[in-house]
Amino acid sequence: MSTFLGLPTAPAGVGHLRGSEPFPVAARRALADTQLRRNLAKATSTIRAKRARVVAELPDWEELREAGRAIKAHTLAHLDTYLEQLESQVTARGGTVHWARDAPEANRIVTGLVRSAMATEVVKVKSITTDEIGLNDALAAAGISAVETDLAELIVQLDHDRPSHILVPAIHKNRSEIREIFLREMADVDPGLTDVPAALTQAARQHLRRKFLSAKVGISGANFAVAETGTLCVVESEGNGRMCLTLPDTLITVMGIEKVIPRWADLGVFLQLLPRSATGERMNPYTSMWTGVTPGDGPQDFHLVLLDNGRTAALADPDGRPALSCIRCSACLNVCPVYERVGGHAYGSVYPGPIGAILSPLLTGIEDNASLPYASSLCGACYEACPVKIDIPSILVEQRARHVEATHGRSAEAITMAAAAWAMSDPARFAAAQRGGQLGRLLARHGVIRRLPSPLSGWTAARDAPAPPRETFRQWWRRTGRP
Amino acid sequence: MVAAHGAAMNAREEVLGRIRRAAGNGPAPATGAVPRAYRSRGDLRGSQLLDLLAARLTDYKCSVRRCWPGELASAIAAAILDRGARSIVLPPGLGLPLPDPATTGADLTLVVDDGFSAEHLDRFDGVITTATVAIAETGTIALDGSSGQGRRALTLIPDYHLCVVYEHQIVCLVPEAVAALTPERPLTWISGPSATSDIELDRVEGVHGPRTLEIILVAADGPAHATERGELCQST
Ligand code: SF4
Repeated sequence: MSTFLGLPTAPAGVGHLRGSEPFPVAARRALADTQLRRNLAKATSTIRAKRARVVAELPDWEELREAGRAIKAHTLAHLDTYLEQLESQVTARGGTVHWARDAPEANRIVTGLVRSAMATEVVKVKSITTDEIGLNDALAAAGISAVETDLAELIVQLDHDRPSHILVPAIHKNRSEIREIFLREMADVDPGLTDVPAALTQAARQHLRRKFLSAKVGISGANFAVAETGTLCVVESEGNGRMCLTLPDTLITVMGIEKVIPRWADLGVFLQLLPRSATGERMNPYTSMWTGVTPGDGPQDFHLVLLDNGRTAALADPDGRPALSCIRCSACLNVCPVYERVGGHAYGSVYPGPIGAILSPLLTGIEDNASLPYASSLCGACYEACPVKIDIPSILVEQRARHVEATHGRSAEAITMAAAAWAMSDPARFAAAQRGGQLGRLLARHGVIRRLPSPLSGWTAARDAPAPPRETFRQWWRRTGRP
Repeated sequence: MVAAHGAAMNAREEVLGRIRRAAGNGPAPATGAVPRAYRSRGDLRGSQLLDLLAARLTDYKCSVRRCWPGELASAIAAAILDRGARSIVLPPGLGLPLPDPATTGADLTLVVDDGFSAEHLDRFDGVITTATVAIAETGTIALDGSSGQGRRALTLIPDYHLCVVYEHQIVCLVPEAVAALTPERPLTWISGPSATSDIELDRVEGVHGPRTLEIILVAADGPAHATERGELCQST
């Protein structure tokens, strides 16, 4: 299936946007892992409660959400203008801007910059974008070791594992598992290390301190970049971000083109929406903002890499475009009943959960992540939690329709009609569809039936619903033939 | 430039070209301004702001002391000595009344930053700075690298950060702080000591940044407050 206007998607064979197996297969295995489910349930319920508390404190939360949504929509409609403005402001303040069409090009640029700084080791502050493009692998191939410095990323890296959450990448591991990893993988660790979180945290501090103080090159992502002023912004908690952004001689920031925001004042909106939605704090411990190079303070060599890697293909999709508004807060993961049960690895992409289920197929093309739009019960909790009001369920349904259209050679409308008939032909299915609100979605938009109800999904096989349907939509479709 | 200039130009033109094609396929850009109905100005004043800031700082595990301007010198001395900090690095233009090492009786050294290496900064026990703005609602102090605050490494590497905030520097809301700051300066917003929740979502204070953050809040002097002095100058 081709993308809108034929714009290129993120290339395969590099980075981490595609899983090695379809979602239902990975999900079924995850569901069997009771330790994983316990860890996830504890973590997501804690973070949901924290978020709810600090969101309720603000009388203008809905106004902030609406402003956030509108700023992002406006930016995406004028993305070329704002990126050019950002480029000229960063350049005027002593930074260098690079453009990368895709992951291999971005990796080449960064590797070349590290080489010319004569460094064989770089310190990294957590950046999903660099994980998306597989930067660490590319650096390793060039003989450069990348040290992840965020505690959770360090845990994942030491265990040769993959992150499973946007914000808490080691959310799938509990304290005793983490202790074992440290004892096994940290050469300098105290053999008497306990599994108390404070003790584990201090072990990480000691392990990384020398690396920070001697680092020549730091690599970061960006949460926001202000076009008007050329200011980059990174929010974090541990101080590892400040270390990477401040101490090295050279700083390389890799940023998706959708992270630009127009005005300095816009930060007043996003620096309220993000921390409250993300960690459930009024404000995260540290926020760093820098504009180009400041003589006598911080890196004197600053490079900004602007990355496409399928983002323009997503931009060209009129239904999928709002997914590019995402500020990576992870609130949608924490409220998602599917994510809570299967965890992040089942999604096979660095972007898990509800946002991943729409963003990954938008970036790679639906054919490479065909099962992800089914990784949802369409309950709508993600939409309500999203600080920039991305209507994830509607985008999921559009993508399902498009996938079915492509693979079955039928119009989405015909398939949807059939799906609706299927849902309504069985009292139990009908009740379930009604409960989940899918019938409303099914019938709502433009007076045209375009929605596919959830039970037809590949996810059906894996979900632990009390009464599994006797027959999936696909089986029914095969048996009854074409309407 | 590392990438060949021609290749770099091509990538730039190509990405911008893709964006222009893609944008035409989207919904027509909404006319009209972004709705900014959120609060842009808080309604708390004076001591209400001080109280809220103190409460929010304490909530995120900052140590907070409050005093009047005339008591600042003794408050700073008490903070350092209570903490057991003996070697303190200072930004180039702190402009605060500091204890005289000769008279404190303690083995105290105060050294002005001289562009020390990161390893050298790591040998100091603490740092004293001012702030540019503080946000009451979120318990945040913002530093902008001006002479009372110094370069960013100064407040990052030493394990103890003592920061003095004056009442007139406090705003209520995040948008007010954004408006008050200069984006071209290197900015650091600090809300409590460094922390992580990466292990089972349990919050642990003190990771890579200073493990202790202590704030001295200096109330604006005024006759109306004169009788409250003794009560206000307390450590929490
Ligand atoms: S889609 Fe919304 S809720 Fe999910 S991570 Fe992005 S901004 Fe947060």
